[in-house]
Amino acid sequence: MSQTITIDPVTRLEGHGKITIQLDAQGNVADAHFHVTQVRGFEKFSEGRPFYEMPSLMARICGICPVSHLVASAKACEAIMSVRIPHTAAQLRRMLNLAQMVQSHALSFFHLSSPDLLLGLDSDPANRHIFGVVAARPELGRAGIALRRFGQHIIELLGNKRIHPGWVVPGGVTEPLSPANRDEILAMIPEAYTNIKLAIEWYRKVADSFKPEIEVFANFPSLFMGLINEDESIEFTDGALRLIDAQGNILEDGITANRFTEAIGEAVEPYSYTKFAYYKPLGYPAGSYRVGPLARLNIARSMGTPLADVELAAFKQLAPGPVQGSFHYHHARLVDMLYGIEKIEQILTDPLILDKHVRATAGVNRLEGAGQAEAPRGTLMHNYKVDENGLITWANLVIATGQNNNAMNRGVLQAAQHYIKDGKFTEGILNRVEAVVRTFDPCLSCSTHAFGQMPLALSLLSAEGQLLDHVTR
Amino acid sequence: MSEAVEVKTLIIDDREVSGRRGQTILEVARENDIHIPTLCHLDGLSEVGACRLCLVEIKGNSKLLPACIATISEGMEVSTHTERLQKHRRTILELLFAERNHICSVCVANGNCELQALGQSQGLTHVRLPYRNPDLHVDASHERFTVDHNRCILCTRCVRVCAEIEGAHVWDVMGRGINSLVITDLNDPWGDSSCTRCGKCVQVCPTGALFDKSKVGAEHPKHPDFLPYLNMMREAQ
Repeated sequence: MSQTITIDPVTRLEGHGKITIQLDAQGNVADAHFHVTQVRGFEKFSEGRPFYEMPSLMARICGICPVSHLVASAKACEAIMSVRIPHTAAQLRRMLNLAQMVQSHALSFFHLSSPDLLLGLDSDPANRHIFGVVAARPELGRAGIALRRFGQHIIELLGNKRIHPGWVVPGGVTEPLSPANRDEILAMIPEAYTNIKLAIEWYRKVADSFKPEIEVFANFPSLFMGLINEDESIEFTDGALRLIDAQGNILEDGITANRFTEAIGEAVEPYSYTKFAYYKPLGYPAGSYRVGPLARLNIARSMGTPLADVELAAFKQLAPGPVQGSFHYHHARLVDMLYGIEKIEQILTDPLILDKHVRATAGVNRLEGAGQAEAPRGTLMHNYKVDENGLITWANLVIATGQNNNAMNRGVLQAAQHYIKDGKFTEGILNRVEAVVRTFDPCLSCSTHAFGQMPLALSLLSAEGQLLDHVTR
Repeated sequence: MSEAVEVKTLIIDDREVSGRRGQTILEVARENDIHIPTLCHLDGLSEVGACRLCLVEIKGNSKLLPACIATISEGMEVSTHTERLQKHRRTILELLFAERNHICSVCVANGNCELQALGQSQGLTHVRLPYRNPDLHVDASHERFTVDHNRCILCTRCVRVCAEIEGAHVWDVMGRGINSLVITDLNDPWGDSSCTRCGKCVQVCPTGALFDKSKVGAEHPKHPDFLPYLNMMREAQ
């Protein structure tokens, strides 16, 4: 008699998803799936719109990472215009993207995952949230909230708006940085260092206690992909993509946005609205790969900033080759944030950062364009085709969550098979299955959602539909 | 009566005011700092009374009259902000928002849109009518400007400014009722039309329907205030 366990919705994620776990007659896990249950339709309803409207339109995909969509979209538009944007505009966008990475990682690490890490995966779900963290370790909760504010406030100072700033446009940005705003950002940096260092030190202490979880949380060999610079240092906004195999060998290098679809294909599965990206030469699903903080650190030879380089060296000690355990996404996320703060400080010392020339203009010079950037949770690619008047005729987006989709599904299955035996499970075990997905920080609907507000009802049904067990939150 | 005494006294919102014969209620109200919302009206252009937002109540008259066209008369008692009028104005705005695809957040006129501003000032909190979501096209064939029919409210300011001020009469209205569209020439692409590229239509458009291609995001303030000066200078010549 087979049974199905459904976790719907999965909590403390950005967006709506559910997990189903199929048990065989012995009550052991036969299969498990992570479903993304919404359809957004941006690729379709952008058809017919002027291409220069795309950045602001596409930013609406997400309330957490709109900047990544703004940047990737603007770069795709610039490919259509065939322009190279002014140096200052590129630097300002880089800073904006890093600020967003810091705030998004703060949200993922502190607000969504630190309740599990601090209070325990088996702790009372009634208190397993950011308020529980603040109650137990006020300085940690405060650091997380302050780091999120740090990133959001930089976005506001640059783009006049915390969410969906209209500042990034095809050709650059609309306004230069003012000296007052530069000074305000610089003044926030010391506190940001204090907070990220506190988080890194704390995580280092608690990470060892999660060894059992590290073993089974999406821990398997896979390919990794991410942006790097020519000097092999990490990059979020420009650079080109590198793809490595599970041993760290370079499979593809220098993948620019216009070559993205030569290397990467997308598959669909009937159980999810999110596509499944794969490396074409290996086919689907063998060519599935991971993106995001873990992939970036596995690929980069250096961070290019002194403090983050020390942390990268420590991270590389976790495994002889690429780090395969997805639990280490949490660790990588903290290194990313430290790098982001250092890099923002570096960018602000650029002698041209206050330059007034921040925008290039042009019309339609090519009928297709693609742009890529690193979103907090991984590589993002926008690809557009336009008619001779610049109206969109076709659009395709390959988002990070789609590129991690296969790994998340494998991870859910791996954890479920490990923890669920003889049809028995506890709330803590199901939270572990959810926590596997949380390590990837997927952005499911790409929009803001409150954590802990959605009711979670989990039922264990027999093949005949008889209720065997029920857990509610 | 001689010309000298052709002054009419009337009451607007319980205030005694006066104006010259032939003046509209809107003109007299504005001279006396009484605000009546408008949308199709624009200083410097002829009146069409199309949007009906400036409707007012006249004592003794069961009909509501558009203040931009109705002229004043002696002893008239006008109310500009009764509950009934406010309700009608909100309904008109709801109809406008429901008729086409007005997505403020991604519109080039966001923050500089007269329709959006009216929605806010008239207390429009939601649209009770089902949205029609029509499938309307965007004409980006012009080198400098774009027309997005999704955002057009058929105020005909573009038609009037092109005919009356520029003297080109490139713009006009095609079709009837809900199927009406502003067109250039005989429904030719704007880029192929006899447009003089003066840009006046873009500046007078109250929404993001007509916009300059170089303006993206919410950075497109319009400057229709050139019209009265242009008219004044022409009259002076």
